[in-house]
Amino acid sequence: MEATSAAAASVFDHLEQAPEDPILGITVAYNKDPHPGKVNLGVGAYRTEEGKPLILNVVRRAEERLLADRSKNKEYLPITGLADFNKRSAMLILGSDSPAIVEKRLVTAQCLSGTGSLRVGAEFLARHYGVKLVFLPTPTWGNHFKVFMNAGLAVKTYRYYDNKTRGLDYEGMLEDIGAAPSGSVILLHACAHNPTGVDPTPQQWEGIRQAIRNRGHLPFFDSAYQGFASGSLDKDAHAVRTFVADGGECFIAQSFAKNLGLYGERVGALSIVTKSSGVATRVESQLKLVIRPMYSNPPIHGASIVALVLGDGDLFSEWTVELKGMADRIISMRHKLYDALRARGTPGDWTHILKQIGMFSFTGLNKEQVQFMTREYRIYMTLDGRISMAGLSLKTVPLLADAIHAAVTGAKA
Amino acid sequence: MAVAVDVSRFENVSMAPPDPILGVSEAFKADTDATKLNLGVGAYRTEDLQPYVLKVVNKAEQLMLERGENKEYLPIEGLAAFNKATAELLLGADNPVIKNGQIATVQGLSGTGSLRLGAAFIARYFPGVKVLISSPTWGNHKNILSDVGVPWSEYRYFDPQTVGLDFKGMIEDIKGAPNGSVILLHGCAHNPTGIDPTPEQWEAIADELEEKGHMPFFDVAYQGFASGSLDDDASSVRKFASRGFEMFVAQSYSKNLGLYAERIGAINVILPTADLAARVKSQLKRLARPMYSNPPVHGARIVANVVGDSVLFDEWRAEMQMMAGRIKGVRQKLYEALLSKDKSGKDWSFILKQIGMFSFTGLTKSQSDNMTDKWHVYMTKDGRISLAGLNLAKCDYLADAIIDSYYNVK
Repeated sequence: MEATSAAAASVFDHLEQAPEDPILGITVAYNKDPHPGKVNLGVGAYRTEEGKPLILNVVRRAEERLLADRSKNKEYLPITGLADFNKRSAMLILGSDSPAIVEKRLVTAQCLSGTGSLRVGAEFLARHYGVKLVFLPTPTWGNHFKVFMNAGLAVKTYRYYDNKTRGLDYEGMLEDIGAAPSGSVILLHACAHNPTGVDPTPQQWEGIRQAIRNRGHLPFFDSAYQGFASGSLDKDAHAVRTFVADGGECFIAQSFAKNLGLYGERVGALSIVTKSSGVATRVESQLKLVIRPMYSNPPIHGASIVALVLGDGDLFSEWTVELKGMADRIISMRHKLYDALRARGTPGDWTHILKQIGMFSFTGLNKEQVQFMTREYRIYMTLDGRISMAGLSLKTVPLLADAIHAAVTGAKA
Repeated sequence: MAVAVDVSRFENVSMAPPDPILGVSEAFKADTDATKLNLGVGAYRTEDLQPYVLKVVNKAEQLMLERGENKEYLPIEGLAAFNKATAELLLGADNPVIKNGQIATVQGLSGTGSLRLGAAFIARYFPGVKVLISSPTWGNHKNILSDVGVPWSEYRYFDPQTVGLDFKGMIEDIKGAPNGSVILLHGCAHNPTGIDPTPEQWEAIADELEEKGHMPFFDVAYQGFASGSLDDDASSVRKFASRGFEMFVAQSYSKNLGLYAERIGAINVILPTADLAARVKSQLKRLARPMYSNPPVHGARIVANVVGDSVLFDEWRAEMQMMAGRIKGVRQKLYEALLSKDKSGKDWSFILKQIGMFSFTGLTKSQSDNMTDKWHVYMTKDGRISLAGLNLAKCDYLADAIIDSYYNVK
């Protein structure tokens, strides 16, 4: 490669324009659309009934307190982040009486939301773990593939969603877990599976746990919706906690993007549950070597907000109420949409909209139908048929129902 | 209940050594001696040796809170207002590169994150191309390049005889590198030495890069902090841009806006055409998405607000001049203290000639150890001291420590 001056050929000539990200690109397209009636059901970002982004009250109060606190400064955080945040985040997902915490077998590092936590964990595994292979559910959040691949791990999939039943392909999942090379990394959505909204039952989780432990696999939880699935923080942590309770090791990537509405602040944590405090200490030292050449240390603002909310009894209680409010509004939108489709006599069984858990609905619409809905009705959603229920309101439900109805009945615009 | 495996999968993971720079602050914190002095990490301190949050930053955050701006995801490439402001700060708003859209700017996680994106881009799109880094350089440069898998080697830079620039060695090593290599250059206030090329030397360096078809990659972490002037500190970058180089520039607002922990910076790629800039930007996004999806909003908004308001911008300039001025002041006092205490005739004037936050004292590792062990002066083992962590009151003490270590420890 030889760089030359402006007039001659560029060393960058071989570069192509990359397409927009399949999920985040929906917002890009939505923003470009001048049509007033457009609706963004693409990215999983909560909207109020008025269709506006929401800053939680507890977040606003936390920020006011932080700004008024003269003792606060902007000095570099340690490489693994704000200690208080790490401690409280771990307690949130594991429970404060978790054996991993009590026995000090845990290392937690503040990372850049869910994505950053997954990536740092993946990089660590690529360097220090013998089986450089991770299994992702089919389907899964689109970005999972590149996160693990760019870290240097091979990626395979396990069966998860059953198109016919619109539920969990439990047998297929257990078969694929059983067939995976011993010690494989198994990525699990802790709750509110993205994009399907289909979660295992507690009994199924137990079967999954046994299958994973029997093969000596390493579970890697992606927990981006704690509190959003059932409305209860503890209930939504159940699967993770049963894995930790059996004494085995696991990785957990936590995000506070959705449940505290801190999307753009990029707050999350990677927790690694190991067998002993000695291992945990050494693992932590190696995590720092992954993080330092990536971004040196994590951003302070969002983590400070979370630490304040988690550490203050009043703020924490208020948070649980706001969280339940968001989860309830989503459930109410599910009902409204279902009722609207029934009212229109839209062909098909739409009960999956009611049964699915969390922020998204996996509608079952295909790519052509989605493109039709975007073109003719200005409904912005991902091509896999996923819609963010959090982006719906009483005003926009009728439009969406019309669009779905038209797409399904093959109506021409 | 199914039993999990008994032995940890990570039993063989070894204990990593502490970070050579960030580890210094941790050691300092643990020291209970009253005379201790932290000259480790490059974070500005006031004359009272306290961390400093700029007044304009407080004002900007107040404004942001009052406005109640939302916390939606930024685009992968970051806050548009920030990206525009940062490119204009770097090159000047009326620069043809900016006017013609010949620059791809992506908000990054301060200097480190921006360097990482640039390095990952080089690894992916220019496989096999080598990056040359100065000897010495900021310790983390090697780690960033190694982690993305880019081969690197060093060019001579620091001359211990003159405690100045080994210009001849630098040019020789740039000449000796395979054509089309990437040369990592510090835009101003070289870290760790504080030694910058003169304008004439910069021209000669540019000539050499042109001759060899090398690509410059500037690390700009101290714009405004070195001389106190944003424009003066950007002159090396602007010179290269005006000569038509395709180049990478990583920026950081950690020091000049005191936004250390907010992690705000940018990776810029200057190209011959707007079309190329668009393509490069799209590929930078593909590297960022699987790393952290999109960058943090808070620091970006602070920068955009400060730069976007002429009153705040002027206040920022004044605060930057104050910070740069305080550092020049301690350099002067330290120099005078050394001169008065060391009668051997040793030339300590490099303290005055070096620019920016750091001084490369020329102390060896064992001498640096003595600084810490005997004098409780914390610094990095390469002999670098951060003048930002020194105040007028401690200059005498530091001079004593330096003289003792230099003369009494081999």
